[in-house]
Amino acid sequence: MSNMLIMLILLGLGVVGFFLGRGRALQVAGGDRRELHSLPVYYGAHVGLNAVVPAAMLLFVWLIVQPFVVNNAASDLIAAESASEAGDLSLIMSDVRRVAEGLDLLASTEGMSDAAIAALSVDDGNLRERLAGVGVALGADVQADTLEAAKRYRAVDATGDMLRTITVILVALAGLALSWRLITPAFRARNTVEKGILAVLIAAATIAILTTVGIVLSLIFNTYEFFKLYPIGEFFFGLSWSPSFSGRGGSSELGIIPLLWGTFYISIIALLVAVPIGLFSAIYLSEYASRRVRSIAKPLLEVLAGIPTIVYGLFALLTVGPLLVDVFGQDGALGVNWMQGGTAVITAGLVMGIMLIPFVSSLSDDIINAVPQAMRDGSLGLGATHSETVRQVIIPAALPGIVGAILLAASRAIGETMIVVLGAGAAARLSLNPFDAMTTVTAKIVSQLTGDSDFASPEALVAFALGITLFVVTLALNVFALYIVRKYREQYE
Amino acid sequence: MTDATSNAPAIKGTASSLLTESPLMKKRNAAEARFRMYGVIALCIGLGFLVFLAVSILRNGIPAFTQTVVSVEFTLTQEQFDEAESKMLKTAAYTEIFVNGVTAQLQERGLDVPFDGGTIERLMGKVGGDLRSFYRDNPEAIGVPTTFELPAASRVERYLQGNLTREMVVDGRFLEAADLDVVDALAEAGIITSAFDWNFITGADTGVDNPGGAGIGVSVIGSFFMMLVVLVLSLPIGVAASIYLEEFAPRNRFTDLIEVNISNLAAVPSIVFGILGLAVFIQFAHLPQSAPLVGGLVLTLMTLPTIVISTRAALKAVPPSIRDAALGVGASKMQAVFHHVLPLAMPGILTGTIIGLAQALGETAPLLLIGMVGYVAREYPDGFASGLLDPNSAMPAQIYTWAARSDEAFFEKAWGGIIVLLLFLLTMNLIAILLRRKFERRW
Repeated sequence: MSNMLIMLILLGLGVVGFFLGRGRALQVAGGDRRELHSLPVYYGAHVGLNAVVPAAMLLFVWLIVQPFVVNNAASDLIAAESASEAGDLSLIMSDVRRVAEGLDLLASTEGMSDAAIAALSVDDGNLRERLAGVGVALGADVQADTLEAAKRYRAVDATGDMLRTITVILVALAGLALSWRLITPAFRARNTVEKGILAVLIAAATIAILTTVGIVLSLIFNTYEFFKLYPIGEFFFGLSWSPSFSGRGGSSELGIIPLLWGTFYISIIALLVAVPIGLFSAIYLSEYASRRVRSIAKPLLEVLAGIPTIVYGLFALLTVGPLLVDVFGQDGALGVNWMQGGTAVITAGLVMGIMLIPFVSSLSDDIINAVPQAMRDGSLGLGATHSETVRQVIIPAALPGIVGAILLAASRAIGETMIVVLGAGAAARLSLNPFDAMTTVTAKIVSQLTGDSDFASPEALVAFALGITLFVVTLALNVFALYIVRKYREQYE
Repeated sequence: MTDATSNAPAIKGTASSLLTESPLMKKRNAAEARFRMYGVIALCIGLGFLVFLAVSILRNGIPAFTQTVVSVEFTLTQEQFDEAESKMLKTAAYTEIFVNGVTAQLQERGLDVPFDGGTIERLMGKVGGDLRSFYRDNPEAIGVPTTFELPAASRVERYLQGNLTREMVVDGRFLEAADLDVVDALAEAGIITSAFDWNFITGADTGVDNPGGAGIGVSVIGSFFMMLVVLVLSLPIGVAASIYLEEFAPRNRFTDLIEVNISNLAAVPSIVFGILGLAVFIQFAHLPQSAPLVGGLVLTLMTLPTIVISTRAALKAVPPSIRDAALGVGASKMQAVFHHVLPLAMPGILTGTIIGLAQALGETAPLLLIGMVGYVAREYPDGFASGLLDPNSAMPAQIYTWAARSDEAFFEKAWGGIIVLLLFLLTMNLIAILLRRKFERRW
């Protein structure tokens, strides 16, 4: 029975339980609602929830556990010599699953009986063709033990499905009956239901933790696999990045230093663009601009933050890159021939800087506005001009906050992907020339995981090691920046 | 006491006056003006970038919405149909018949430019396939003059848009310089015209060899299904989490941990969520690659912090007197929240959700890792389950795919795709602003 159907049955039982519970409550109260502790609706919800929730949780757990149990049962049948290594066993098991799937299809499309399937043997010779006929293409002829394992797999799986259906529905019925019996006029149905709702709320809040745990675990697990294949010292201190495309390790050099250099170089250029523009805009908007100018210019600047990064990436690749080549490239306006191609550190850095302007300006704007008016008045009263007040009083007072804002912008720059994938180039190199193409940690995560390379090879797994580096660096920057901003805020509140 | 009017010795001979500016004051005022100027310049540069970006999007993207078509009247006789169907290379036979027909027709109209069948073929590409499927689907059209609006070759299109100049044309099998004279003549005669390209909006992606026919429609559907998943999951989960944190959570280690987690998740680079999706949903849970369901799940996790933060702000804005009043007349805490606080906070929650969805809609990096890029979305999904589970692309992924192709004709499509994407984002943000305007309450 399909899971959808089971869920529908559970929901049906829930609805039935609701009405039964409500009816029972009214009945035990002798039709007088005032006799009841809670509203009748709560008694209904109590029964409905008790019918659905435990059964649904059981179903969920069962669905996760069953594949492991079935796999174990079937893998016992694989001869030890044909599965000498763990990797081989998992390959054979995936064959087993495919054959079992094929047998299922044979049963459903060709109306093959279970007895006929049990009697199948590799000696019939045409099994591979028949499986191919129902759309399951196999790389080689089916081995005898694979076929036996597949039959066992089907049998155990079918038994498991049946048991699951029966158990889940029984649990639902039991929940319904038990909770129904609990109903008396004094039964505090509302409190029970509200406890259930609170549990749901807590579970929802816990998803944030689960996400973090998921990120950390998936990164750590795969990074561990990577360091089993590739020395950790060479990864963190290697000066060269040249993954091989075909080989499994060996000839690949996977040093992170060139990627980190590219990342920081691009981020620094981005900040060199974003910080002066953003900071001066923020100062102008908060200290000089009229209300009208402010109400127009501030949202417009913030539009820059709402534009998807793919747009900036395309802008870098197709507009800014060629434009810079026209100026700095061969036969360019300056005639300097510094730039070979459109994708370069300066291209990505410039565009990323544009993207970061609103980050710096909005955050700095908030922080400058948070500086108490009394400090301005005091400075102006002593005869300082407006700009002297800004430079000598407001900026020093707001400095920690501004530094925090800049650090937040830096963390955005380091984690930015689309602009560097499209605008920075693909060659990893350690160079000081901003007109060279370089690459970054994020760009390489993308390129290592989107190729056709084998998922267990160091060339693919290195992406997780890069990911964890990125995660740690951005997290540290964020925590530090938030710490500074918060500490500063408390000073004036 | 010194008398204010007494002649105090002037400081080092500088007669200071309020009426005449001293050199020092001049310097200070100049610095003031300069400083103010820096601010104006910075603001202008920032806004200038915005204008530059907008102009380059519009300038490059608008042509994607038009298509250069060649409209010709053409009649296929029954004998020609039978003859073409009996040949080995059927579409080539159709192309030949068509080219001959059109050549004869144009020569009758007396074009004063020399041309031959080859020219027509170069201008219009391989029309045989289109013709054949048309006549097979509409056998009644055989023998009847029919007007065809056939897409011109992409190079012709770029020539008419001014992106391809005569000097750039290298004689080859695609286009010869002499052909451009024919194009000019045909354009003058109104045979080559420009039309709105509905196919770009409704069509599917094509392979690398046919930039003209590529459309964004299928990936819009892919994005739609992803947003559906995001909305269905992140709104209830986000609201439930915020209600717990804002209304029920005691101050303890556990809730502190959740709060720290949420604020940190909001700052985790999006590519890391892509890695999570790849490792958990595809490697571990064996969900199908490139499926909008997986994309939606990843984007849900990304959007949750945004929704939680805005929902908590909305809940916080509901004054405590509402809660107190509800509790005072005997509601339980849960009833007070669900019956009174939540409805009042709803406009704020919806605004935050729409903004979160808009962010998720434009997000590309996680989609790269779960395989939505590189998948050529050729077909509309049939039905709901297929829309969720079958491989598809999404708008930003589609734009990236086009930008990464080597044929420059796809770049125009990528810019056009960006216009479509930004229109969606603009609409969503406008709805959010309107919602806020209409329902915002100041307590």
